[in-house]
Amino acid sequence: MENVNNQKSNDLKRRKFIKNLFISLSGLFIPGFVSAMTKTGGLKDLILSLAYDPKEHLWGMGIDIDKCIGCGRCVNACKEENDVSREPFFFRTWVERYRIFDNGKVLVDSPNGAINGFKPSTNDEENIIRSFFVPKLCNHCDNPPCVQVCPVGATFKTDDGVILVDPKYCIGCRYCIQACPYGARFLDPETRTAEKCTFCYHRVVRELSPVCVEVCPTQARIFGEIKKKPSPLVRFMRKHVLGVLKPALNTEPKVFYANMDMEVR
Amino acid sequence: MEEIVNHLVSLTKEISGYIYPNEIELHWGLLIVIYPYVTGLVAGAFILASLVKVFDVKELQPTYRMSLLTALAFLFVAPLPLLAHLGHPEKSFEIFLTPNTSSAMAMFGFVYAWYLMAVLLLEIWFDYRKDFIVWANHGKGIMKWIYKFISLFSKDISEAALRFDKKSVKMVTLIGIPSAFLLHGYVGFIFGSVKANPWWSSVLMPIVFLFSAIVSGIALVLLIYMVITPLRSKEIDMKCLDKLASYLFYIMIIDFSLEILDFIHRTYEAEESIKILAELVSGRLFVSLIVIQLLMGMIIPLGSIAAVKFFQVPSELRKSIYFVSAILVQIGIFSTRWNVVIGGQLFSKSFRGLTAYKMTFFGFEGLLMSIGLLLLPILILYILFKILPPWDEARSN
Repeated sequence: MENVNNQKSNDLKRRKFIKNLFISLSGLFIPGFVSAMTKTGGLKDLILSLAYDPKEHLWGMGIDIDKCIGCGRCVNACKEENDVSREPFFFRTWVERYRIFDNGKVLVDSPNGAINGFKPSTNDEENIIRSFFVPKLCNHCDNPPCVQVCPVGATFKTDDGVILVDPKYCIGCRYCIQACPYGARFLDPETRTAEKCTFCYHRVVRELSPVCVEVCPTQARIFGEIKKKPSPLVRFMRKHVLGVLKPALNTEPKVFYANMDMEVR
Repeated sequence: MEEIVNHLVSLTKEISGYIYPNEIELHWGLLIVIYPYVTGLVAGAFILASLVKVFDVKELQPTYRMSLLTALAFLFVAPLPLLAHLGHPEKSFEIFLTPNTSSAMAMFGFVYAWYLMAVLLLEIWFDYRKDFIVWANHGKGIMKWIYKFISLFSKDISEAALRFDKKSVKMVTLIGIPSAFLLHGYVGFIFGSVKANPWWSSVLMPIVFLFSAIVSGIALVLLIYMVITPLRSKEIDMKCLDKLASYLFYIMIIDFSLEILDFIHRTYEAEESIKILAELVSGRLFVSLIVIQLLMGMIIPLGSIAAVKFFQVPSELRKSIYFVSAILVQIGIFSTRWNVVIGGQLFSKSFRGLTAYKMTFFGFEGLLMSIGLLLLPILILYILFKILPPWDEARSN
């Protein structure tokens, strides 16, 4: 009988020991939870002070390739608004020109991101059969590979579907730049942290459109809600046959292109 | 800032075709080539050591402790290139505090810590424990205390305690083999899981990384053994050397087959990226991939070791052949890492153009730093050999 009792108390001791062990080990994770909470705190404060509820929105952009004239005003305005380096290696948005010839040759260029537009294509010997301009920017993917790979969670998807980078957290490992299939990210030469298009989030929370949309003289860029019926974007999406960039990668972009040629990638 | 811009301006002349404007800056340079190279050596050397314990390969006994210490010396250095390449190394601790669980890279710290603490240090400690105690008893002055300290002040050298040591080493080795696979397979996964990059994105990547790691690890231990033994004016054990070369040969055949499979698979599937990759391989990567990695680093050493196996070769000549082959293998594996890391960034994700990589000499990510990082493990190994002599005659019996 005594033996059995001994056995029991031993069992209880062991159980208690294991329980305590787990409780102490879980303490290791406390700093993680705490800093994760403070991390989103600042941004939340700003949004709350503006009475903006991200949960009520889902943002996207439509681009009508037929309307783009390649003037590059969007590129310039973006650099101005977001204080992006003027050097020709750092772009949140840029415009590409495609020239497709009758012999199948395809020429693509984007001199300095097309910030000053394009020089007319004059000395082309062969016949161009199709030519058009394609504005590019972060696709704010619904399934973003950049967010997936960020080791510290510095880049994240907001409730309204925008992909942002918190430069305070970014350690500059550049895995996100490698993971982005669209070349939409760069390392800021000043801060040495990852940078990208934010859909001008500081404007969006104040009910303004991104600046590239604002300055486009032909309204080739349409910004708006993806899910609300009266949105200009929803109207755009209803009226056009749409395409997205590199659909096979299953990144589910929220930048939708109308009248997109098969050569665009 | 100005330095970066000047560097990028000089690169613009090298671009062919169209690349996205943000792609001119190549983000993972020489340091990130060194990282998988060094971790590969760690994993390879450890797996070699495990052969002695788990599969009881008696011939390799002289290299057992040497391989463990080699793995340790290189493991100490493995995180340094990563740290040096960060834009903000001072924030790197965030990886431990707020790891993003979906990120392969975030797991590095944990995989590394596990491998260092739970595997390598533990195995070395248990294997050396008796020697620590004996050396502490015979030692004088500071060395006595160093040994006392690293033995964690244990004193028990009874039969039972030594039996326990032996059992523990075996246990740790058993956990160690999958851990070593994890350590380097994981490095392969960091590249292999990037779906945006067709040069990297492949399920074979972790496996190819693993086998090339074993190849480089065996070749390194072979080199160290061949250099150290004459320096200690001892005879090289030809049985051991032949066995090392044999293992090197067999693993290289697997590695070679995997690489060929990867090549055939890619060309047969001929996906969207095939044209630009073909341009890359036949152009900017031709020397480093076809000439150095394939011909010098694979076919020549394979052929030479095969020749030694088929024909009766006098031992002096055999030694030279093994030595040269092992050096060629090292160069070849380094170039393998180069071709993966740098090669994967030389083409545009628009698949319409190629860019270039220019090494800098000074600076955090420069050539000088990289040479330093490759020499540092040798220095650490020298110190380890002094403190923990791996030779048989140093063992306390």
